[in-house]
Amino acid sequence: MSLLSLQDLSVTYRIASGEVAAVRDVSLDLGAGEALGIAGESGSGKSTLAMALLRLLPSGTRVDGRILLDGEDVAAMKWGRLRAVRWASASIVFQGAQHGLNPVRRIGEQIAEPMIVHGTTKEPDKRVAELLAQVGLPAWRARSYPHELSGGQRQRVMIAMALACEPRLIIADEPTTALDVMVQAQVLTLIKKLIAEHGISLIMISHDLSVLADMCDRLGVMYAGRLVEVGPSHEVFHDARHPYSRALAAAFPTVGDPVSRMAPKGLGGDPPDPMDMPAGCPFHPRCPVALDTCTSIDVELWPAGERRSAACVHVLPETPGAPVSDAPVSDAPGSDAPGSDATVSETGGSEPSKTSVEAT
Amino acid sequence: MTAIVWERRKAGLGRFWQQFRKQRAGVVGAVILGLAVVIALLTPLISDASIMDVTKATGKDMDPPSLDYLLGTDESGRSVLQMLMWGSRVSLFIGFLAALLSMVIGTVVGIAAGHFRGWMSAGLMRVTDWFLVLPSLVLALVLSAILGGSSFTIILAIGVTSWASTARLIRAQTLAVEARPYIERSKALGAGHWHIMTRHVLPNVAPLVLANTTLQVASAIVAESTLAFLGATTGSTSWGSMLRGARDYGALTNGAWWYILSPGLCIVAVVLAFTLCGRALEAVLNPRLRGVSR
Amino acid sequence: MTEVLTKRKTLLEARDLHVQFASRGRKARAVDGVNLAVGEGEIVALVGESGCGKTTLARTLLGLERPTSGQVLYGGAGLDYGSRALKAYRREVQLVLQDPTGSLNPRHTVYEAVAEGPRIHGLANEEEIVRDALSRAGLRPPERFFLRYPHELSGGQRQRVVIAGALALAPRLLVADEPVASLDASVRGEILALLLRLREELGLSALVVTHDLGLAWNIADRVAVMYLGRIVESGPVEQVLTAPRHPYTQALLSVLPESPEPVVLTGEPPDPTRVPGGCRFHPRCQVLGVGRAAEVGVDGKCKGEPLAVLPAVPEPQVACHYAAATGS
Repeated sequence: MSLLSLQDLSVTYRIASGEVAAVRDVSLDLGAGEALGIAGESGSGKSTLAMALLRLLPSGTRVDGRILLDGEDVAAMKWGRLRAVRWASASIVFQGAQHGLNPVRRIGEQIAEPMIVHGTTKEPDKRVAELLAQVGLPAWRARSYPHELSGGQRQRVMIAMALACEPRLIIADEPTTALDVMVQAQVLTLIKKLIAEHGISLIMISHDLSVLADMCDRLGVMYAGRLVEVGPSHEVFHDARHPYSRALAAAFPTVGDPVSRMAPKGLGGDPPDPMDMPAGCPFHPRCPVALDTCTSIDVELWPAGERRSAACVHVLPETPGAPVSDAPVSDAPGSDAPGSDATVSETGGSEPSKTSVEAT
Repeated sequence: MTAIVWERRKAGLGRFWQQFRKQRAGVVGAVILGLAVVIALLTPLISDASIMDVTKATGKDMDPPSLDYLLGTDESGRSVLQMLMWGSRVSLFIGFLAALLSMVIGTVVGIAAGHFRGWMSAGLMRVTDWFLVLPSLVLALVLSAILGGSSFTIILAIGVTSWASTARLIRAQTLAVEARPYIERSKALGAGHWHIMTRHVLPNVAPLVLANTTLQVASAIVAESTLAFLGATTGSTSWGSMLRGARDYGALTNGAWWYILSPGLCIVAVVLAFTLCGRALEAVLNPRLRGVSR
Repeated sequence: MTEVLTKRKTLLEARDLHVQFASRGRKARAVDGVNLAVGEGEIVALVGESGCGKTTLARTLLGLERPTSGQVLYGGAGLDYGSRALKAYRREVQLVLQDPTGSLNPRHTVYEAVAEGPRIHGLANEEEIVRDALSRAGLRPPERFFLRYPHELSGGQRQRVVIAGALALAPRLLVADEPVASLDASVRGEILALLLRLREELGLSALVVTHDLGLAWNIADRVAVMYLGRIVESGPVEQVLTAPRHPYTQALLSVLPESPEPVVLTGEPPDPTRVPGGCRFHPRCQVLGVGRAAEVGVDGKCKGEPLAVLPAVPEPQVACHYAAATGS
């Protein structure tokens, strides 16, 4: 059984002028020990998705669909149970490590707090020292205040807090966004090591596809609140099926690659206004390979190779409408038979399961 | 283009009004204030200034409220109601101008102390601190005694002694604005001190200034009344000088409650109204109190 | 590449620049001897971690900070810090900051934000300048944006407004401090492409301060890698980023995603109040750490002998005892 399962999850915010659908019909499965990356630009709903998993959304927000953690519906949990789950089963590491820590309390107290609350350990001090050692900080740091630490050290403390109750799932929302390259590398190496050692599942959220591809087994790309592509991370990164994933992958160049030298690649336009979604495929106004039919047909996630799926008209078995030959991107897989190029070299511990396909 | 600018301003004002309307106490305060100002402005039209002359008083001394004199009469037989109306002009006028003076000094000192670094800022803040710890009422009394009694000196006395807290507030806000990257950008564009202070800092502290001025008017009115009660009067009737008159002529021992209560209640009502208004403005305009910053 | 090596006329130059601050009672040597030149029409990337002094260097080049010693030269002449001369200098060299949201006054419209420079300098035809700058920055049609407020724009649009504001003064050089670090991945490439296009259309030079080597690869002609107040390696992007010679540059490149053998340096970012003796990188140096420096007998030099300040020349330069000894 998968550790986490999302079924048709939708999240709708209520604001003064109406309702905003931040997440729309997302279905996902996460196996035990698996690392899943969620990519997308700001406003794509990726952070909302993370918050919804642990019911951290503001009140008044409507959540439809089901979130099953170990087969238990998160939405149906009572408060006490939910609090226990937040620490013991799943922990979240936020971006902006500066704000996640209380500035007037010592690091050690803050790490120990959930353990004392949940009574998971008799010797919190010893456990704190152990946790600090795991994230590569000396034990005496427990007596420090947050402002005495550097950004990277604070992020390590956040990770130690997330590990405190030995969760089975860690949700990391842009854990390294504000950090320098070298510190980012340190933190990512640490996360990688910890999840491998403890068999923890990871959901990592970022706008940097290259980092996600490095860290995760599987990638989900979100656009305008929906998953537009899911698949093994290296395949999604190097050979994306959805034009949006392709644009995200191209945004961070590979140093040394002559193609990207003096040729930064971006994606024109802005994400759609969630109050005013374009008809058809929501990506079509910015899509370099859009067809005429894209303005009217909205494609759901569709199989696009083994364990892969994409929500694009180009992955449908028969492309309706015009041929793709005049499209500027050569690898538009218009006529690819599903599975034709799937080189499965899976590392994740999960069985090759369905990657959330909804065909309506 | 100007038409669109106008439209945007109107929309902005509309938004402001929408939010202000939600502050019920603020609306009550605004209504009371509006009433007081209208009465003060209309008084010369509905009442003759000559009734303030003790020699032309028509009523009996210390007459209780009656149909002829709705709020009774004072020790010289003048109508307390009419005195209140005329007095409101003096009280409000002094209150407004003194608050304005105090705000101008406070804002200029605050912005300068926040913008400039080094000795200038330190010097200004020491002066501010000095005024802050000075017993302002005593200072105002001394000032008005030295300068002689006229509306102008009372305004000066109140204004000069009450700006220090404003200066502190504005300086703090200025420091916050100065730390924003757009100030750095503006400097890189070649902006001088004047440009940064007037184009960037002032518009950003202006809402705070407005809200604070409203509160300041209230305390200026109280200060004026206190000064008048203690004897530093302008010569013309104000609510404060009425209170003093009531005390001097033994209204309390004579049971002439109308003579004491009416100016007292007027002061309370107007001061309360200004305070309510100021608090509501603060809540609407100050992003830190509003909770969300834009 | 030959085109890069042909001597460009130097536009902006730092000559043996030192900038020091008092930091918590100690002296912080933020910029500690830097020679750097930006040629006409050249894009130079200044790469380093936070705390390496790259932002201080950029601010000093802009005249927003006074050097403790050394000189900033513009067009061959030393920078005059008189207020009038400095104001004139502002028209030549402009700044683009990292955070476009903070760089725009929330109470100013797009028009006012872009017109700010021309107003300060009293330029005629203000509206025409604003219109031109906005469309150059890719906000077309410009009139549509005139009366918008920053909060009504997307992050990418805001950064374009900031760039337009700089362009309105018709500068010859842009100093961009992490111009895309706070932007979404999808917008990043667009803004970088804009910088390249401005160079092509207007001959605009740029000094891009960043921690992002991919950005340097994307748009820069030359790159200078800064560590703890000094430039430790510089040269044409192709050479420095494909065959780095300084261990620090090698480490930075190795931790990029997808690289085969990441060398993750341990320890925290360096502290400019405590600059180590000898080579300032030696406490974290992986080449010294694994003993390769000892093999060629330079480990003593690494720990004890300071390196010379690199000259501001276009040819590849490296400040490393090991690289000098091995000739790599």
